[in-house]
Amino acid sequence: MGLPGKNKGAVLSKIATNNQHGENSEYFDGWKAYDKDPFHLSRNPHGIIQMGLAENQLCLDLIKDWVKENPEASICTLEGIHQFSDIANFQDYHGLKKFRQAIAHFMGKARGGRVTFDPERVVMSGGATGANETIMFCLADPGDVFLIPSPYYAAFDRDLRWRTGVEIIPVPCSSSDNFKLTVDAAEWAYKKAQESNKKVKGLILTNPSNPLGTMLDKDTLTNLVRFVTRKNIHLVVDEIYAATVFAGGDFVSVAEVVNDVDISEVNVDLIHIVYSLSKDMGLPGFRVGIVYSFNDSVVSCARKMSSFGLVSSQTQLMLASMLSDDQFVDNFLMESSRRLGIRHKVFTTGIKKADIACLTSNAGLFAWMDLRHLLRDRNSFESEIELWHIIIDRVKLNVSPGSSFRCTEPGWFRICFANMDDDTLHVALGRIQDFVSKNKNKIVEKASENDQVIQNKSAKKLKWTQTNLRLSFRRLYEDGLSSPGIMSPHSPLLRA
Amino acid sequence: MSQGACENQLLSKLALSDKHGEASPYFHGWKAYDNNPFHPTHNPQGVIQMGLAENQLCSDLIKEWIKENPQASICTAEGIDSFSDIAVFQDYHGLKQFRQAIATFMERARGGRVRFEAERVVMSGGATGANETIMFCLADPGDAFLVPTPYYAAFDRDLRWRTGVRIIPVECSSSNNFQITKQALESAYLKAQETGIKIKGLIISNPLGTSLDRETLESLVSFINDKQIHLVCDEIYAATVFAEPGFISVAEIIQEMYYVNRDLIHIVYSLSKDMGLPGFRVGVVYSYNDVVVSCARRMSSFGLVSSQTQSFLAAMLSDQSFVDNFLVEVSKRVAKRHHMFTEGLEEMGISCLRSNAGLFVLMDLRHMLKDQTFDSEMALWRVIINKVKINVSPGSSFHCSEPGWFRVCFANMDEDTLQIALERIKDFVVGDRANKNKNCNCICNNKRENKKRKSFQKNLKLSLSSMRYEEHVRSPKLMSPHSPLLRA
Repeated sequence: MGLPGKNKGAVLSKIATNNQHGENSEYFDGWKAYDKDPFHLSRNPHGIIQMGLAENQLCLDLIKDWVKENPEASICTLEGIHQFSDIANFQDYHGLKKFRQAIAHFMGKARGGRVTFDPERVVMSGGATGANETIMFCLADPGDVFLIPSPYYAAFDRDLRWRTGVEIIPVPCSSSDNFKLTVDAAEWAYKKAQESNKKVKGLILTNPSNPLGTMLDKDTLTNLVRFVTRKNIHLVVDEIYAATVFAGGDFVSVAEVVNDVDISEVNVDLIHIVYSLSKDMGLPGFRVGIVYSFNDSVVSCARKMSSFGLVSSQTQLMLASMLSDDQFVDNFLMESSRRLGIRHKVFTTGIKKADIACLTSNAGLFAWMDLRHLLRDRNSFESEIELWHIIIDRVKLNVSPGSSFRCTEPGWFRICFANMDDDTLHVALGRIQDFVSKNKNKIVEKASENDQVIQNKSAKKLKWTQTNLRLSFRRLYEDGLSSPGIMSPHSPLLRA
Repeated sequence: MSQGACENQLLSKLALSDKHGEASPYFHGWKAYDNNPFHPTHNPQGVIQMGLAENQLCSDLIKEWIKENPQASICTAEGIDSFSDIAVFQDYHGLKQFRQAIATFMERARGGRVRFEAERVVMSGGATGANETIMFCLADPGDAFLVPTPYYAAFDRDLRWRTGVRIIPVECSSSNNFQITKQALESAYLKAQETGIKIKGLIISNPLGTSLDRETLESLVSFINDKQIHLVCDEIYAATVFAEPGFISVAEIIQEMYYVNRDLIHIVYSLSKDMGLPGFRVGVVYSYNDVVVSCARRMSSFGLVSSQTQSFLAAMLSDQSFVDNFLVEVSKRVAKRHHMFTEGLEEMGISCLRSNAGLFVLMDLRHMLKDQTFDSEMALWRVIINKVKINVSPGSSFHCSEPGWFRVCFANMDEDTLQIALERIKDFVVGDRANKNKNCNCICNNKRENKKRKSFQKNLKLSLSSMRYEEHVRSPKLMSPHSPLLRA
């Protein structure tokens, strides 16, 4: 390609040549393994089962049924084709009015109808990926910092940072209190950032959480809103799992808190929501991302930026019709919650038989699995990676190690359960149970090595420190970051 | 809302800057249209939209195809079986059949004289997203790109706003029909170097309605190869060529120039103009540089094409006989429309830059200016918007270096509306001619000399200005789904 010996790097931009896209990470090993040997019930029953992708395929049948019954919602049917020209030419960055209204309406329903969203504040983006980048461009300059509770969604390292120049500083959360985010922890991280002369522009978090699958309670959210108002920094809440709650009471949106908190305690110009239909409805391919801000200037700026990632008008129209159908939406939300609840229970009950526990959760498309007792060394991330490779190569499951989410404690793994059918899930559970039972002996052997462990304690501690330090500079990525060839349209994983 | 001072602390510099371009006076035409949109029955005295380069001439062909191919959509009884696969598909490579269909369509839009590899096709959020992406890949903040004038006004936002890249205009003159000369390029390049600005490349777009001839393209490729800077060719009007010379893609040129460093060659494409589907947001980055392909693909995550739309277009663009017929027909219809419009103008004494492509003409109204200044151009423009009631785009909004040129779009309306527009222009021209005779005695030598000096100063200031914008840069509520302009 081109003249021999030419230095391509010198010709391209720094963004094009740095590695902040994140795909050189070792955390792609699971994806690569899956891609080479994808499981299929009949064609490849010993292949790797994809449990590293947070996709919701449990209710696509409800959507298909609706689509069949409502052909006029598409501009490519006989019933809907009269709208073709209008829609095909529509490129206003406000989006179809009907679409914005439907999104606002759906967002309200996904939050139990306890809060109302203004369609005029709904801004489109290219998926939550585009929405998160857009909100960073609007709120922060290159070099500014956003605080983010860890563990967090790995793609944030790319989406929030790559083209924006924004930095991320983790707010560590600990398993000792179930990884709960506290204002004290946020305060601590804020001070640490200030001591390093960093300008903190905001706090971004995911609620319900990825990878924890837990929700913040109203008190905590209220305290966070007060915290950011005191500091005069932004609060961005990624609520893309809002409608995946299957247990434990209602999801509380930050929008509810804004409504309920005393007006003097909240500056609404600091509050923003990121949303998407990728998870709640299982439509990631449609690229529907939403920025919803209580700040008029942000709405205006984000809208102009949406020109770079507008939702296809064809898709806008279809979804506007579907999400305006209250009967469909009510049934969908209820059924989705029910099916997720069943799936979660089947999964957690299944691994309990293998003496594996998960963080208690009530939302999301995954479980936060505790495998600390299976580590060779409980204090070592190297042990976590070692176990992870065993899970990929021998158990043949692609799961995500906690360190890829910048979890500060080794031994936790995110495992997804909503992107497959029941039969596949049972195969996966069978493999896990087989693996654990076969390795029970090794756990016993481990006990007899306690003396050696004690002797090496000091060395291990040093090793952990080095590993942890090195890890904090590593960039970690997974779902939403498709590597080449992954999830091709012919993947046997997908139901056709 | 926060206090002003607080506001500056709160948001980013990008959010506070005006590089989005909508504070520009050039939005006056859009606002006039939005406040009083023409409709043949509901509002026959309204403003006619001729500032939007949209192609609505062949949507009937697409509709016919859709009726005959229900399986192409995942929302029909025939196509619903694919719904789940498509709905969850989010790989940034895009559907393989979509990339293949795009590559094939690009070939046929260039007369089959060049081949495109599907593996190099990268999706973006429209040409808007494609242009921004290619900038992020090729240049760092502070770097600059040479852009011949006049150029597509939204470049000022798309190429600059979030990337921090600068634009250096390369002035072209009507004396040689706005052709890009090597001399002008060298001059702009040297001037930039003297100022310490790093030039990373040259971007070619065609807002004139003309396609570049082979010799010009070859000299451009030689220029960038000598300098080892990038060449980005915006070929979004490739299939709207309706007369000689035919469209020549840079892809064709480099086939024959074996010594060229292909790592420097990139194409931006879109289905918005050639097929009239801007709402589908199909932008394409096609690069001969493997690293750029890889980087652009990762960046496409921020603006992927809806898989629903990919699936539909993959089916339609794979239909060879449909594509061949479509391309022939679109060329024919654009030609007919262009002829109808330019003939109408000539009958009233208005000439246009000779063109063979695009969805618009560059209309020469220099003879209607009070004097050769941009102020006069703006004054005339306001008359056209407010009294003639036609939204056209003044040449200065495209950084044209000479006042008096206006871009007028003719493919976003039906024939009857175009006739009405022609009649309005005719009434205006006839009226203007009468006024001119009446006032000719008032012109004096002294006034003419002062105006000339003013023109020079204005011109100098303008060449350093970079605040020009129009279509794709939407102000609130423009082109709502209920606009009477759109055929329903």
